[in-house]
Amino acid sequence: MEKYRMDPSKGMEFGLYTLGDHIPDPHTGERISAEQRIHEIIELAQLAEQAGIDFFSVGESHQEYFTTQAHSVVLAAIAQATEKIKIASSSTIISTSDPVRVFEDFATIDLISKGRAEIIAGRASRVGLFDLLGYNVRDYEELFEEKFELLLKIAQEEVVNWSGQFRAPLKNAAVIPRPKNGSMPIWRAVGGPPASAIKAGYAGVPMFIATLGGPATSFKYSIDAYREAAKRSGFDPSELPISTAGFFYAAETTQQAQKEIYPHVNQGMQLINGRGYPKQQFAQGADTKDVMNVGSPQQIIEKILYQYEQFGHQRYIAQMDFGGVPFDKLKKNIELIGTEILPAIKKYTAKN
Amino acid sequence: MKIVGISGSIVGSKTRTAMDYTVKVIKEKYPDIEATLIDLAEYDIQFSDGRNYLEYEGDTGYVTKMIMEADALIIGTPVFQAAIPATLKNIFDLLPEKAFLDKVVSMLVTAGSSKHYLMVDQQLKPILSYMKAQLVQTYVFIEEKDFYRKEIINDDVLFRIDRLVEDTVLLTETYTEIRKAKEAEYGF
Repeated sequence: MEKYRMDPSKGMEFGLYTLGDHIPDPHTGERISAEQRIHEIIELAQLAEQAGIDFFSVGESHQEYFTTQAHSVVLAAIAQATEKIKIASSSTIISTSDPVRVFEDFATIDLISKGRAEIIAGRASRVGLFDLLGYNVRDYEELFEEKFELLLKIAQEEVVNWSGQFRAPLKNAAVIPRPKNGSMPIWRAVGGPPASAIKAGYAGVPMFIATLGGPATSFKYSIDAYREAAKRSGFDPSELPISTAGFFYAAETTQQAQKEIYPHVNQGMQLINGRGYPKQQFAQGADTKDVMNVGSPQQIIEKILYQYEQFGHQRYIAQMDFGGVPFDKLKKNIELIGTEILPAIKKYTAKN
Repeated sequence: MKIVGISGSIVGSKTRTAMDYTVKVIKEKYPDIEATLIDLAEYDIQFSDGRNYLEYEGDTGYVTKMIMEADALIIGTPVFQAAIPATLKNIFDLLPEKAFLDKVVSMLVTAGSSKHYLMVDQQLKPILSYMKAQLVQTYVFIEEKDFYRKEIINDDVLFRIDRLVEDTVLLTETYTEIRKAKEAEYGF
């Protein structure tokens, strides 16, 4: 765990993540400028740090309704604006990027932030960026596997010799700068189903798993499969951190939380995936056994602890800004996390 | 209310003839309903490659978006090789897994004979149910002998289509109303 800068004895880590979506506020129909959105993301990271939140990450999406395509640039600004919070991508689409450039960028962010940067590499849930960046979507799987492997190799070896299908070969290539302490955590981002989780397990890399909604036990299959695959490949699963990532929104009561956030989530899903979030499923999301962390602080604490009991994961990251949530609501949420949720979670998950 | 009729094949005329009549009935009886017919023969639609339906362009994007925006669908299909035509199956493949959640779907089938009458129950309905459609259980099955030179000549078929339209609208109205009442109870 140390290799990944995790210390489970201090309790489960709690983080925030944003996809950098840029969506009108459904209550007003107004959309803030891209400039304001990016500044608010940077400020959100600062507020998160002040509230004692462990981690903050920004994702890349190259399509309408997003604004952090250059997520590593935004992360560099966050690195400069903060002092102790861990920062990462959520995720970096390694399939359509050059692993050398990605490593250079994030090693630099690690130096700017004095050893706080991590990479979470994903495959993209939509495929528009393949056209935009000049890749063939038919290579979806292989592009990711090859480039992710190369990224790991660059991270592990100071001088790289490599050849593959999708990039010019590297001959005695020294990819610099190196991260502050010689290495930085590199995670594999996976969706819900076990197939990708198993691949992460076989490779023995830490896993970020998206858990947007549905019973926690459904995601446990993927987590168990990940650990089993890691074991079969000769890795010790207890040395491999797991993080979950999903919707989050807190308000005084669960009812109030649902009322405030539902229009955002529903509209966001409608604009980005072409289908809203069905109300019936969202209503079920309030149940303690559902992974969606929307509710009163007390309900959210119970949910996160239940998930912790099921998954035994080391970090949970919350997405609370999806769908044009106004900044004052985000600030209120950070306050509830800092004063109520975070202390309770640390108290119950830290080893005394 | 938006109803989209689909003529699911790019060959032949029976399904199109029956769907033309169906859409005409909707427009006459329910002038407030926005009814559109999509005849797959008039569009150049690519095969599904697994992307989100919003990411298709041209005709493929137009057709998938029209279908996703509909409150109800009336699917007209011929029977090819004891099954639905590949062109229609491709439409389903282009859409998300639960594409028909909260949508009402009814069916109209044309065929040379009655040989494959159960094709709908055995093949089409399971697909639509999987995609979470609210099905109008009774479908209209029309045979070759019911047509003459691109017209339906069997009054019984015309009556059955009238009832199919009525049932589709009725189920859409009632289902929407019931769902809205249920959603109001959630309080968010």
